[in-house]
Amino acid sequence: MSTVLSVEGVDVWLGGRHVLDEVGFEIAPGELTGLIGSNGAGKTTLFRVILGLLPAARGHVEVVGRPAGRPARAQVGYVPQKVALDPDVPLRVRDLVSLGLDGNRYGFRRRSRQRDEAVDAMLSAVGATRLADARVGTLSGGELQRVLIAHALVAQPPLLLLDEPLANLDLANGQEVVTLLAKLTKEQGVAVLLSAHDMNPLLPVMDRIVYVAEGRVASGTPAEVVRGEVLSGLYGHPVSVLELGGRVVVVAGDTGPTDLVTR
Amino acid sequence: MGAGTGRGVMFSGVMATAWVTATLVAVVAGVVGFHVVVRGATFAAHAVPMSAFAGAAGAAVLGVSAIAGLGVVSPLAALGVAWLGRRRRTDVASALVIVVMLGLGALFLSWTAEYSSQVYALLFGELLGVSTQELAATAGLAVLAVAAAAVLHRPLLLTAVLPDVADGRGVSVLAADLWFLLLVAVVTTMAVPVVGTLLMFSLMVGPPAAARAVARSPRATIAASVAIALVTVWSAIALSYVTDWPVGFFVGILGAAWYLAGRAAAALAARRRPGARRQPAALAA
Ligand SMILES: Nc1ncnc2c1ncn2[C@@H]1O[C@H](COP(=O)(O)OP(=O)(O)OP(=O)(O)O)[C@@H](O)[C@H]1O
Ligand SMILES: [Mg+2]
Repeated sequence: MSTVLSVEGVDVWLGGRHVLDEVGFEIAPGELTGLIGSNGAGKTTLFRVILGLLPAARGHVEVVGRPAGRPARAQVGYVPQKVALDPDVPLRVRDLVSLGLDGNRYGFRRRSRQRDEAVDAMLSAVGATRLADARVGTLSGGELQRVLIAHALVAQPPLLLLDEPLANLDLANGQEVVTLLAKLTKEQGVAVLLSAHDMNPLLPVMDRIVYVAEGRVASGTPAEVVRGEVLSGLYGHPVSVLELGGRVVVVAGDTGPTDLVTR
Repeated sequence: MGAGTGRGVMFSGVMATAWVTATLVAVVAGVVGFHVVVRGATFAAHAVPMSAFAGAAGAAVLGVSAIAGLGVVSPLAALGVAWLGRRRRTDVASALVIVVMLGLGALFLSWTAEYSSQVYALLFGELLGVSTQELAATAGLAVLAVAAAAVLHRPLLLTAVLPDVADGRGVSVLAADLWFLLLVAVVTTMAVPVVGTLLMFSLMVGPPAAARAVARSPRATIAASVAIALVTVWSAIALSYVTDWPVGFFVGILGAAWYLAGRAAAALAARRRPGARRQPAALAA
């Protein structure tokens, strides 16, 4: 198995708090991995380390064999947690996606057929062709999320990071984005790491899970990780995994061994 | 210059220089103003020309040309705003810079003999007093500003719209802010002697703000912004020639009018769009 992202023994302290403690896991191409953890667990912090924006006190991050930071940047597509667009910003959807190709480059740009085709192909891949000429400030939350995914993927990076892409979407839109990401993972062979505080919408499509709690992570297939004894070790106190009305919930306390049965 | 003294005079001699200079200033203000509006940096873009006031006033005290004083102080003001605002509080930084520099400017000017005429010239410009030499300097700076805007275009856009993504892709938002302010400094240096600090600001905000209401893409918005800026200065000169009122008065009034027209057009467009949202499209968890 080749590795797109490898995180090894990463330690991060922020404001005197040990936010990430010996975090390690690997991600392979064509896999969709959920980074699951509650608010403040350290998901965004981990993304910042992978992007090379935050130095780890200890440990090592490699993206396609290159250390995190400048050399690895071109290899990562990133959809941040917070995006605030001015409704009047004079930018069409196709302009925003095109910035994903070369928005980081200083210098003159020649118009090219190739670029336009890449943008059109990407818009069609995320199902946003009809939005191509819309102003980005007028998009709904779900539409904007698709467009941001297109922006992040248009340069065909081997790794895509999405920080809480489902956070502001209703159930139906969230479901659509999840389906889209699963499709892109397989079609484009990209490795996807997306964070969420609720694992349930992702369970049907998640190849692997990286579960964050108390600064530590457990990783593996959902069936391996989402188990009472594994998560109890992570939290440092007994927790149980329950299935309630088709949803998996993690609760404090020992209610006996109920392991997740993946569908 | 009397009212309606005839076409021949309106387009020759001093007036010809004025037309050419105003055209250059309008093109540059239209292009750079696009980035001012997209970055939402109107206040920062106000701080640099206001500080330049002190530079030009200092030049008057020292007896050197206003362009020299502007050329030194504008970039310093840009650096000051960028440095003070490095934690993304450019509004406070800008206010600070404006207040200090305006005070300095007033002090410097009080040391010169012709206090009031100097103040007037720096605030509102002296379009009809532009010399051939100054025209050459203005043209050089105009080329520099437009070329720089083209080179910086994409990173300026990316950092304005998706700052977190830009940082992740190695385009420092801080660096882009600094480049942007230096660009404003270049525009200031070329425009202040001609249209003054106050009017340069209205020329840099009014046309692009109106343009984004009528155009969609960045390219089209810049083109519309330049066109509106040109119409503004041309009409201002013509109106000034006819009425004998200051050019600056008309640039200011027209700038504000464009801005309001743009807002109205945007509001109308929003009302026509069913289900259009008034709030910014925001995704925050
Ligand atoms: N610059 C900072 N200084 C001090 N503490 C910080 C800083 N940035 C983050 N933290 C802390 O680190 C912890 C992890 O934050 P992080 O943003 O990574 O969490 P998260 O898992 O992304 O949470 P959410 O689901 O709410 O987005 C939090 O307790 C936060 O308060
Ligand atoms: Mg977060």
